[in-house]
Amino acid sequence: MLENLLDPVVLCFVAGVAAGLSRTDLKFPEALYETLSIYLLFAIGFKGGIQLSESEWTRVIGPAAGTLGAGLVIPLISYWILRALGAMKPHDAAAIAAHYGSVSAVTFAVVLSYLNRLGVPAEEFVTVLLVILEVPAIMVGILLARLSDNSGPVRWKPLLHEVFFGKSVYLLLSGLLIGWLAGAERAAPVKPLFFDLFKGALMLFLLEMGTVASRRIRDLAKTGWFLTAFGIGMPVLSGAIGTAAGYLTGLSPGGTAVLATLCASASYIAAPAAMRIAVPKANPTLYLTASLGITFPFNLVAGIPLYHWMAQRVHEWGGKI
Amino acid sequence: MRERTKRKLLSIIAESSIEPFIIEDLRAMGVKGYTSWEARGEGERGDRAGDWEQNRNVMIQVVCSDSTADKIAERLFDAYQQDYAMVVHVSDVEVMRPQKFT
Repeated sequence: MLENLLDPVVLCFVAGVAAGLSRTDLKFPEALYETLSIYLLFAIGFKGGIQLSESEWTRVIGPAAGTLGAGLVIPLISYWILRALGAMKPHDAAAIAAHYGSVSAVTFAVVLSYLNRLGVPAEEFVTVLLVILEVPAIMVGILLARLSDNSGPVRWKPLLHEVFFGKSVYLLLSGLLIGWLAGAERAAPVKPLFFDLFKGALMLFLLEMGTVASRRIRDLAKTGWFLTAFGIGMPVLSGAIGTAAGYLTGLSPGGTAVLATLCASASYIAAPAAMRIAVPKANPTLYLTASLGITFPFNLVAGIPLYHWMAQRVHEWGGKI
Repeated sequence: MRERTKRKLLSIIAESSIEPFIIEDLRAMGVKGYTSWEARGEGERGDRAGDWEQNRNVMIQVVCSDSTADKIAERLFDAYQQDYAMVVHVSDVEVMRPQKFT
């Protein structure tokens, strides 16, 4: 874990949190934040698409089904825990559940860079799993909220538009498609921009996310100890579910670690935007603080090495039987 | 000098997530044009510094007749006041082409 802490990406996040907590005047211009997030989402999709073009894509079917299953089960379990153990209101529980079932593309990028550094290979199609996991949990969260509180009409058209054509899903999907269609050879001229510079851009983005997360960390006192415990316990549980899904559907140890991290990560771009529209009664402070103030930092610092460890253990045990 | 006619200026400051809904409502009520821009500020629903996407505000301004201004304000209050950060205020303005602002 100490080794992970010294990754410049993680150190940048820590520096961002420190900048926020010490109230320096560091503030990324909004346009830069936007630019970096567009670049990262597109590059993640694009790189995944190029890798996909070199793989036999029929192998993705089993893991894809497992991922979809995890995406539907995790929000249901989250909802039950938040309602039964946390005594949360139905709409708050539903909105938080959607965040925990959905994914954080940045956490995905960090786990890939982590495995890359350790020299652990993962399947070429893992980006497809990221895209698959993004949407179902948001839909489950919306349905859970509607079942518990049926007051007021929902404007489905703009809502579905936000869910399926929100920038994160669109950028990932279009990047994936472009990379897959173009293939490695045709993509070679843009390699410096999308491959070589990627990690540097990720570092800058995490510096900014650190300052944003630090403001959420200040809200922890308002949201209470249960949410803090949930923000750490839930990703570990989801990570275990993802580890099982990865192992059972035949992923390599590296691929299993990626799927476990995807399941453990909580969305903070697509899900908040959709929940604000779909479940307006849910308190944004709760889901943003849990997802961005607790789970995101936890995953970066301790979660990713933990999920990798889980994946290794499962494959070792599986190999012995 | 051209003659000036009294109209209402409706200013809506709201969280950006409901901007598309508000615009749709304005169109449905016969508003032909509006001006909008991103805004920053602080209010009873907290600090909206506008530094990342869940934290943005928008300012929308419409010039229209008294009766349209009333209708819009009522509609917006019914639909959004309870669950979203929103401030609406109305002021008097004078325009030179009243037919544009009904």
